Amino acid sequence: MTQTVSRPGAGARKAPLPLDVEAIRADFPILSRTVRDGKRLVYLDSGATAQKPLSVLDAERDFYLTCNAAPHRGAHQLAEEATARYEAARATIGAFIGAPADEVVFTRNSTEAINLVAYALSNAATAKEPEFRRYAVGQGDEIVVTEMEHHANLVPWQQLCERTGATLRWLGLTDDGRLDLSDLGTVVNERTKLVAVTQQSNILGTINPLEDIVARARKVGALLLVDGAQSVPHQPVDVTTLGADFLVFSGHKMLGPTGVGVLWGCYEVLDALPPFLTGGSMIEVVRMEGSTFMPPPQRFEAGVPMTAQVIGLAAAVEYLQQLGMDRVQAHEEALTGYALAKLAEIPGVTVIGPPDTVARGGAVSFTVEGIHPHDVGQVLDDLGVEVRVGHHCAWPVVRRYGVPATTRATFYVHTGYDDIDALADAIREAQRFFGVAQGEVS
Amino acid sequence: MQLQSMYQEIILDHYRNPHGRGLREPFEAEVHHVNPTCGDEVTLRVHLDGDTLADVSYEGMGCSISQASVSAMYELVVGKSVPEALETGEHFMTLMQSKGDASVAEKLEDELEDAVAFAGVSKYPARIKCALMSWMALKDASARALAATAAPGTHPTTPVGGDKA
Repeated sequence: MTQTVSRPGAGARKAPLPLDVEAIRADFPILSRTVRDGKRLVYLDSGATAQKPLSVLDAERDFYLTCNAAPHRGAHQLAEEATARYEAARATIGAFIGAPADEVVFTRNSTEAINLVAYALSNAATAKEPEFRRYAVGQGDEIVVTEMEHHANLVPWQQLCERTGATLRWLGLTDDGRLDLSDLGTVVNERTKLVAVTQQSNILGTINPLEDIVARARKVGALLLVDGAQSVPHQPVDVTTLGADFLVFSGHKMLGPTGVGVLWGCYEVLDALPPFLTGGSMIEVVRMEGSTFMPPPQRFEAGVPMTAQVIGLAAAVEYLQQLGMDRVQAHEEALTGYALAKLAEIPGVTVIGPPDTVARGGAVSFTVEGIHPHDVGQVLDDLGVEVRVGHHCAWPVVRRYGVPATTRATFYVHTGYDDIDALADAIREAQRFFGVAQGEVS
Repeated sequence: MQLQSMYQEIILDHYRNPHGRGLREPFEAEVHHVNPTCGDEVTLRVHLDGDTLADVSYEGMGCSISQASVSAMYELVVGKSVPEALETGEHFMTLMQSKGDASVAEKLEDELEDAVAFAGVSKYPARIKCALMSWMALKDASARALAATAAPGTHPTTPVGGDKA
């Protein structure tokens, strides 16, 4: 991995970008629309949800046009074809993260995938089947998260602890937006049942060093869940070297449709977990007195699945594979370095998160002195620059850094230097509008 | 730019120089309201004299719209009876639902005074909640204050210190 360290104040340089932005933009029809009275759409909110290339839309449409049926049910030809496409998509998506197909469980999104694990762990405590009790969580047990987590990787664990009497503990943050691992040895201990940590912060952009956490979790026999919602779309992720037991990610943040997410789990662990949602297609035998369940991944996929979305996600994966995830990461790193340098040139702008591109992804959060992020976002929007404002579903993070909220720009494969120039110009316009513009630093 | 329609000079004035800001005593009810999508916050106290809003005091943080709205509301409701103030709140709600229809704003000019300047906010659905937060807090606090004064001695929602004066 190459690392370009931007030096604030050294001037923003436009090195050639690894991806052909103009060619890629042609695949995203939405990017040619205008907003707010004819302004070019500068979409810098891929971290919330990504735009979709035509190939993803075509894949979904083709499924409905040619072989729509409920997979894993019925014996007619359409059902066979739908099942084959659904399972082929599972294999494609699994291969993208280095996983065999039977370790890939489809959920609605990352949030549901995390809830699936959290509920399976509390269901394990009351399961009548002894083989499902292996990972039961109860009183005296501990769950460890970090202060950097998205609410989706925090609230389900708070709730698990409330249901079971377990205790929630967490790793804190350093002033420069990194995980504080100084007390890893005490926070993760023999009582720890599971550690849940994000691979890339959705608000700070920090890419976390997972090696130390993996080693510590292994040593004490705790499960490790990695939230990949912001990493899998933006960098190569391979579960064979990740060292985790679970990885979750969302289709809609990686050019795929909404309504589909993935829980990857090490087969041995998945196989020892009781179900979360129950009903059709996850059962083996059903009698009035009780039921038995299918092996993974079917055990965790109750009801008719989101077949078209899964097929769309496989098309998104193929699109990303054609670009190459190494190049996607390098592209975003170049953009991030440029953005950090551009923002450093604007007096009154403070980046919340790592100040350089070392172990950092393309989520750039910042504050503008004297203007609330909502008001910053409003002026940016008026100029066609679409960013996220607020606490980004990571309220403890903004609290930790003593700001009420931030403005956040996130980049993806269609982002170019022109988008970041538009962002910087719009921030200056916001400062003029609210009368807080300061002298330039050069 | 369309921005001027939302950020009227009156709004920016209220934001920069808020009227009535600061938590004061006495009060019969205190509430804390947040706008969970963005983290805007207001703590608001109501002091009643009979059913008249003798004082509305507040502290808050958030965007210009949320903070200017509470300042304009303060000017508008202090001295009114609770039912009158709530009626004004209903007018403000109507304004927020007007989707930028200028005729709605014109009709409400007398009732809403400075607060009619928020008409431009109604064109931006994501910001309407910012403008309404303080009015929701006032409605909540007034109901609690009325309940507290109707049953003296029981201040279930009032923090310690609420009835010192």
